[in-house]
Amino acid sequence: MSDFLFFLEVLIGGLLAGSLYALVALGFVLIYKASFVFNFAQSSFVFFAALSLCGFMELGLPMWAAVPVAISLMVVVGMATERLVLRPLVGQSEETLLMATIGLAFVVEGLAQAVWGVEVRTLDLGVGHHPIEWVMDRWGMLINKFDLVAAIVAWILVAVLALVFSRTKVGRGLRAVADDNSAALSIGIPLSHIWMLVWATAGVVALVAGMLWGARNGVQFALVDLALKALPVLIIGGFTSVPGVVVAGLLVGAFESVTEFYIGPLVGGGIDAWTPYALAVVFLMFRAEGLFGEKIIRRV
Amino acid sequence: MLFREAGQFHTSYAQDSRLLPLRRDRIRMAILLVAGFLVVPFIANDYWLDAILIPWLTLSLVAQGQNILMGYAGQLSLGSAGFMAAGAFACYNIILRIDGIGFIAAVLLSGVCAALIGIVFGLPSLRVRGLYLMVATLASQFFIVWALNKIEWFTNYDPAGVITAQHIFVLGHEFDTSVEKYLVVLGIVSVLTLLAANMAHGSPGRAWMAVRDMDVAAEVNGLSLLRTKLQAFAISSFYCGVGGALYTYAYLETVEPSAFTIHMSFLILFMALIGGLGTIKGPFFGAAFILFIPIVLNVISNEVFGNAVNLSLLSALEQLIFGVMIIVILIFEPLGLARIWQLFKQRLRLWPFRH
Amino acid sequence: MLIEKFLRQAVAGAALGGLLLAASPTTASAQDYTDEQYFGIPSIRVGPYNVMGTGYFGGEIDYMNYVNMTGGVNGVKLTWEECETSYNAAKSVECYQRLMTNDKGQKMLEWDPYGTPLAYAVIGRVADDHVVLAQAGFGRTDAAYGPVWPWVFGVHSNYWTQIAMTLRFMALKEGGIDKMKGKTVAHLYIDTAYGKEPLPAMRVIAKNWGFKLLEIPIAPPGLEQQAQWRRVRAEHVDWVTFWGAGYGMSGTAHTTRASVGFPADRVIFVTFGGAEEDMIAGGKDAVGTYAMGHVLPGRDNIPLIHNIWEKVYGADKGNMEDPNRVGTLYYNRGVAAAVIWTEAMRIAQAKFDKVGKAITGDEFRWGYEHLDFTSKARRDFYGLGGLLPPFKVSCEDHEGGEKFLVLQWNGKKYDVVHDWLGPDDPALIDNLEKESALKYAKEHNMPIRDCKDWEPWVWK
Repeated sequence: MSDFLFFLEVLIGGLLAGSLYALVALGFVLIYKASFVFNFAQSSFVFFAALSLCGFMELGLPMWAAVPVAISLMVVVGMATERLVLRPLVGQSEETLLMATIGLAFVVEGLAQAVWGVEVRTLDLGVGHHPIEWVMDRWGMLINKFDLVAAIVAWILVAVLALVFSRTKVGRGLRAVADDNSAALSIGIPLSHIWMLVWATAGVVALVAGMLWGARNGVQFALVDLALKALPVLIIGGFTSVPGVVVAGLLVGAFESVTEFYIGPLVGGGIDAWTPYALAVVFLMFRAEGLFGEKIIRRV
Repeated sequence: MLFREAGQFHTSYAQDSRLLPLRRDRIRMAILLVAGFLVVPFIANDYWLDAILIPWLTLSLVAQGQNILMGYAGQLSLGSAGFMAAGAFACYNIILRIDGIGFIAAVLLSGVCAALIGIVFGLPSLRVRGLYLMVATLASQFFIVWALNKIEWFTNYDPAGVITAQHIFVLGHEFDTSVEKYLVVLGIVSVLTLLAANMAHGSPGRAWMAVRDMDVAAEVNGLSLLRTKLQAFAISSFYCGVGGALYTYAYLETVEPSAFTIHMSFLILFMALIGGLGTIKGPFFGAAFILFIPIVLNVISNEVFGNAVNLSLLSALEQLIFGVMIIVILIFEPLGLARIWQLFKQRLRLWPFRH
Repeated sequence: MLIEKFLRQAVAGAALGGLLLAASPTTASAQDYTDEQYFGIPSIRVGPYNVMGTGYFGGEIDYMNYVNMTGGVNGVKLTWEECETSYNAAKSVECYQRLMTNDKGQKMLEWDPYGTPLAYAVIGRVADDHVVLAQAGFGRTDAAYGPVWPWVFGVHSNYWTQIAMTLRFMALKEGGIDKMKGKTVAHLYIDTAYGKEPLPAMRVIAKNWGFKLLEIPIAPPGLEQQAQWRRVRAEHVDWVTFWGAGYGMSGTAHTTRASVGFPADRVIFVTFGGAEEDMIAGGKDAVGTYAMGHVLPGRDNIPLIHNIWEKVYGADKGNMEDPNRVGTLYYNRGVAAAVIWTEAMRIAQAKFDKVGKAITGDEFRWGYEHLDFTSKARRDFYGLGGLLPPFKVSCEDHEGGEKFLVLQWNGKKYDVVHDWLGPDDPALIDNLEKESALKYAKEHNMPIRDCKDWEPWVWK
């Protein structure tokens, strides 16, 4: 197998993993767009959603029934969060809101463990973690079938959301809200409905992310650390852009994978702890609002 | 009734610009210091000194660093644990490699090391702000811990990559017991806190706040943004570095770089935020809240329920309650505990004749 | 069904509030004990290591309950208090201080935080406090050298013996040590002190045996490992030793390994990151993976665990939220740890003429240093079965057994594929430990104890 093909394998592996980062980051973007909150609890939602889905299945529900139940649960959790935590804090500073969502993360994590206990669960989505044979036979490259399917799901979800936001009335409302809360309100856009809707959507996105990551890594507490993977993606993609998240996810995944594989061994390895952040800093230097973020004209 | 501030007039600028312009505040500060240095050592047991007061003081200092950067200079940052690690490992190496250097000098030098690193990682602040800056500063957190893990020289080639703090020597005397360590920590923290208050009230503080409130206006008024921001980063990192060294030498003793996790950075951020940004008192309140509430909840639940109920459920509920408390405080008073304290004082000032 | 469980959980939550009002301090019902002995339990019930903590400390608590239900340690009742550390070193120091003495003023005898960073956090304190640091299979490896570390005990084996023994198992599979020459072994590890701990021993053995050692770190929390496993594939690695921490990291390892086509039965997990949960997280991809066993898993194949199940869970006094976890590795490790405490107590009581009375930390340490689980009588006394290997501790050697089981995951539980196995060359490891401990002692001006007068304890 040639070096080039192997490079391609490393690259594609990274790109697919990056799509999954994008999926986590997507939840952050939705919330940030509507409420200007960096919702630190988003990855706790991911953990809670995956755990609840497994919990429902343990209680005897088949997967096709458990998923809608979990979706409803996440919609309720999302809306409740908006109503109980974010609404009373409208108009507070960025830092205060961030802090509140961190408090929320404690609540959600505590709740998840209190309700569902501590056991590690697995989620089998019916797609194995095996190389795609067709590619393997032809080029000798190993491309993870599960990662490919998961990435496609992520891309579809992003495409649907992007379409909804650009083509529907709700989407236009959301964009108006994202531009200016009070202006949107004054022209009759039902602000509170939009907020509710976005938080509910973020809950559902968390469930999808939870299912894919849960099937990939096991349904367990470390899923709450996914936020750390999403942060550089957010910076590069811009906090407010849905398509930006995908591009940035691909970029971060590929960069992280390639640098760790080719440069890591030269400097002792483990560099993927910080390479995505370094990449994000480089991007910030040249394009401070991210790839697709809205250009904010603001001197610093 | 209890608080009377009327009748105090300042007749010179020097009087007016004192750190504590009110006599009552000066008396209270004196009482606090006397209590801290002379009373506490005699009444507190090892548990209180070792497990409560020392970590509280050191982390308050780190939170103070975070507060200087975030509260005064308005630069959202999230890498304080990385600078703590830098300080701790610098201190270890300075004492190891420089013969006969005293502890105080080593700690201050390690603060300087952290400050230098802080300046480098503060550079992105010239381009970005807000959440973007926060994520950029996270790079420092991960990079510093990684570098300390990789470069074995920093840990003096320990097989596991941990350092064990040397004994604390100040002026040839070994500070070994809990009380002695507490006094060293309290001394350094008091001096640095007064210094912070001084800076915050003086021209550096005014420059920071000008940059925070309106950077363009600050620049127009002749402030160098570059200098002011990097100065804030340097001083903030200095506090974090000193705090990290104290945390290691007076509290944990044996640490690995990975002990300074991103979660620790978050805790420090909470302390600064929930205490109240832009106040000198805030970090002390915040550190107390973040450190003690989980302990209190754990003690209460163990005392009350003992072995009677499912302890795993109980631990999860403790976490939940802690989160709810944070949210409630923020909803009730977004400006933090220091603000609540201030409002409380307002009320006392009028008490008992409110109308 | 669904609603029922939900309600039950919700009611449990609501009931807590009610209990807060109604609860009166529960006092010990049985007053026929002549004395009590207090233990501090630094539990880990929430956070990323919650499964580990609930299993391990659940095992310890169940065993103490079991001892109390069967007459105590020569009539001495065991008491304990819990403190939540969440696997956080800083919090654990607070817990250590908080649990030091109980309400009645009795001091704890030992500290068993079940985490390497947590053991490091107190290792400098235990000697001053006269508390035994019981790091059964974790913690600082060179603490096995007793003369430097009188208060630290890593029974019955540690990271270096474990890695030596892991490599020996590979050699057995390959058909002899000479067959290891030219092979490539990759050590995939979490990039922390714990992950690096076995490296010094590994490097020496790699040189002696002539195999190539690849050190491949994984940045915590290890949720993405593609680059690392692709390297395993690119370098044509023969064996992988996986030193992970946390189920997310383990689950990722299994699925990523499968996706690069590396065989499962060429991967050996460290005991600490190789519990049932670490395999469950990998789903069916975990089948065939090896793990090192510090104790024997299982419930009904070990008399002691079986008795605990019948007696404690029969009386509905079990500590495990999910009783099915009785007999898992974590649980059995907890029970084994507590058995070792009580044996040290018994020896100390006999030696210091305190049978039926509480002992002090110094006496307990003496008992710990004279542990001897090689005799059948002592093993049968506890009903150990195959739970622990035969081992004894001495002044020089605070480790003892230096043996591990080789386990293989079959999708539901572990099968034992090789009985207790020690390093190929134990003296090599002992010397490494000694060397490292002496270097540390020199750096930190620690006294080195003379073991000349030490004599083993003989039961009368």
